Amino acid sequence: MTPGTRRTTRFAAGLAALLIFTTACGTSGPSGASGGKPTAWALTGGDEQVFRTSFGTAGIDGQFFGNDAYKQKIRSAVGAGQAPTLVYSWGNGGMLKSWVAAGKIMDLTPEVAKDPALTGRFLPAVAKSGVIDGKTYAVPNNSMQPVFLYYNKDLFTRIGAQPPKTWDELMALVPKFTAAGIAPFSLGGQSKWPQLMWEEYLVDRIGGPGVFGAVAANKPGAWSDPAILDANRKIQQLVDAGGFVKGFSSISTDSNADTALLYTGKAAMYLMGSWAFPTIKEADPDFAAKQLGYTTFPAVSDGKGNPADIVGNPANYWSVSAGASDAQKQAAVQYLRTGVMSDTYVDALLAGGSVPPVNGIEAKLAKARDPQYLSYVYGLARNAPNFQLSWDQAVSTGQADALLDNLDQVFLKQITPEQFSANMNATIGK
Amino acid sequence: MTLVRERTAVRREPRAAARGATPHPMMIAPALLFFAIFALLPLGGVVVLSLMKWDGIADPAWTGLGNWSAALADPATYHAIGLSLRVMVVSWLFQTPVSLLLGVLTAGRGRYRAVLGVLYFLPLLLSSAAIAIAFKALLDPNFGMSRAFGIAALAQDWLGDPTLALYVVIFVIGWQFMPFHTLLYQAGVRQIPAQLYEAAQLDGAGPVRQFFHITLPQLRYTILTSSTLMLVGSLTYFDLVFVLTGGGPGDATRFLPLDMYLNGFSNNDMGRASTLAVLLVVAGLALSLGLARFARFSRGSQQEGA
Repeated sequence: MTPGTRRTTRFAAGLAALLIFTTACGTSGPSGASGGKPTAWALTGGDEQVFRTSFGTAGIDGQFFGNDAYKQKIRSAVGAGQAPTLVYSWGNGGMLKSWVAAGKIMDLTPEVAKDPALTGRFLPAVAKSGVIDGKTYAVPNNSMQPVFLYYNKDLFTRIGAQPPKTWDELMALVPKFTAAGIAPFSLGGQSKWPQLMWEEYLVDRIGGPGVFGAVAANKPGAWSDPAILDANRKIQQLVDAGGFVKGFSSISTDSNADTALLYTGKAAMYLMGSWAFPTIKEADPDFAAKQLGYTTFPAVSDGKGNPADIVGNPANYWSVSAGASDAQKQAAVQYLRTGVMSDTYVDALLAGGSVPPVNGIEAKLAKARDPQYLSYVYGLARNAPNFQLSWDQAVSTGQADALLDNLDQVFLKQITPEQFSANMNATIGK
Repeated sequence: MTLVRERTAVRREPRAAARGATPHPMMIAPALLFFAIFALLPLGGVVVLSLMKWDGIADPAWTGLGNWSAALADPATYHAIGLSLRVMVVSWLFQTPVSLLLGVLTAGRGRYRAVLGVLYFLPLLLSSAAIAIAFKALLDPNFGMSRAFGIAALAQDWLGDPTLALYVVIFVIGWQFMPFHTLLYQAGVRQIPAQLYEAAQLDGAGPVRQFFHITLPQLRYTILTSSTLMLVGSLTYFDLVFVLTGGGPGDATRFLPLDMYLNGFSNNDMGRASTLAVLLVVAGLALSLGLARFARFSRGSQQEGA
């Protein structure tokens, strides 16, 4: 090695050390309460661009993460007092509740009293998910994501049937589709959470929203409710009948393989949240325009639940970190008032195919790019007596994992509905 | 020429040893310090945490042995331990013969062997997450390899059938780690003196007898090293399984390390996760100590076995 190359090597090593040092500083997160610009962490994809634009205008320092990475990172950050000023959440479920209980989240009730429009401009069913024990802790920041039944119109025409209005009709459709070599339902079972939507809807249709209300309130034995047992029996009957595409528990939602089954004509129906629409539209615009149909989850005869009830994510929410400096808090509240859901913000959401939970935007919807679909989603949420937050978000974080695991075993027929209830009852209070 | 150099090396050795026999104790201070800060301290922290109830946000509270009795009363813990043991045994049975044979194959001379060697080595260069994502796509029953090759038999419920999924995971783990063990065996085989084979040939031993009577005994220590790495390593398989199945279907691939992670970072039960972590540490230590003792038991020069 000549002296010249040695010097370059040493320089390069020094540079590398410096880079490691600076990147290490970069990933150590925002400096808690040290003042400066307000910060925010949000999710990549979806409405990311809308956030970026509004952050730019409001002078907020935004960082973006993948869904699972965010959920784990935000937890340690909040616990360590290193939370960003604006904390992104799924409403009053387990995550937000535990942060509020630990005193990490600012109470926005006085701000709402000063300016009722802060929450008053949102659809009540959605705004209510930002409230815990009568106090406002979170404000919606993006679109509503109700879950409903997508279907392939052509396949229904081929077998000469109509989309199911009741559970009995749904069961009757299964043999017709399988006889024609078509899978009745697509399902990404490997990701576990898509199966939860079946449970949520069936329990609501059979027993009404009170059944899950008891679970969320940690009532002893709440998981043994007859509605939950009946729902799990119905799920296993549907599995037995071959209702779900063969090998469904190998199919992962991350790669959109389940969505692809619908638009490639392999499966007739698909129970999924409104976020699947942009995916379908991007993958096959022609299918989305002509063959894609959507309808509500069927009613169950003698069920107590209102067939207009929906499940899904009412929206995502911003909360303000209690550990932020006063200047940061003020700037964040100001942003929630004027930055979030401003006219341009709403327009940008609509242009991306998302429906913001804001009152009185029917006229805007009619002018947007997919008026029919957007109005359908808006109407669904506006007319819903109950908009149930996804259970895995609503139960305590200690229960969510057990819930997904046990439900997966119900779908795999490894456990009976009775075992499911017993296993889940054991997690109450965790 | 080589002879001369060898002789000088031999003559210099005792002097070098005498000079360096007692390095100043201070010389180990930096290493000890690092070990204490990055290994002992966190380990102690985990032991303390295993006696506490902590959700990662609120203040930790003492529960004494509460986490331990809960973990030891929970069938899920035994299920995870059982799975880890099964993975350990099955992946040893799967990886050892294959990488041993591959190692022997690539140790020989010849260009095709070098090319094959490079190909076998490739999986070692990929990150676990990338491997898992690639296999997940390949194993998709509708859009995976069954479609790519047009063979319907490949459209199995690979990751969705609880018994099949476990073996698929073991296969993918093997696919990732066999190159490394192949490399170990390749190096081991190359160190076997050629005279042994020449003598065997003169005695009329064929390739199969040579393999069983020279190669295998000569590789005793390599097998032990590779097995130790494999067995202790199977206590830490996490990244690949986490991305590939997430522990599912149901809990069919929820191995002990994954169970620990999910308890800690998905259930937010840091106390319970720490309990499982301590179990893992104890199991890993016992395993490697046991294997080291076993190695001492069968002490002797590698070449004596011939």
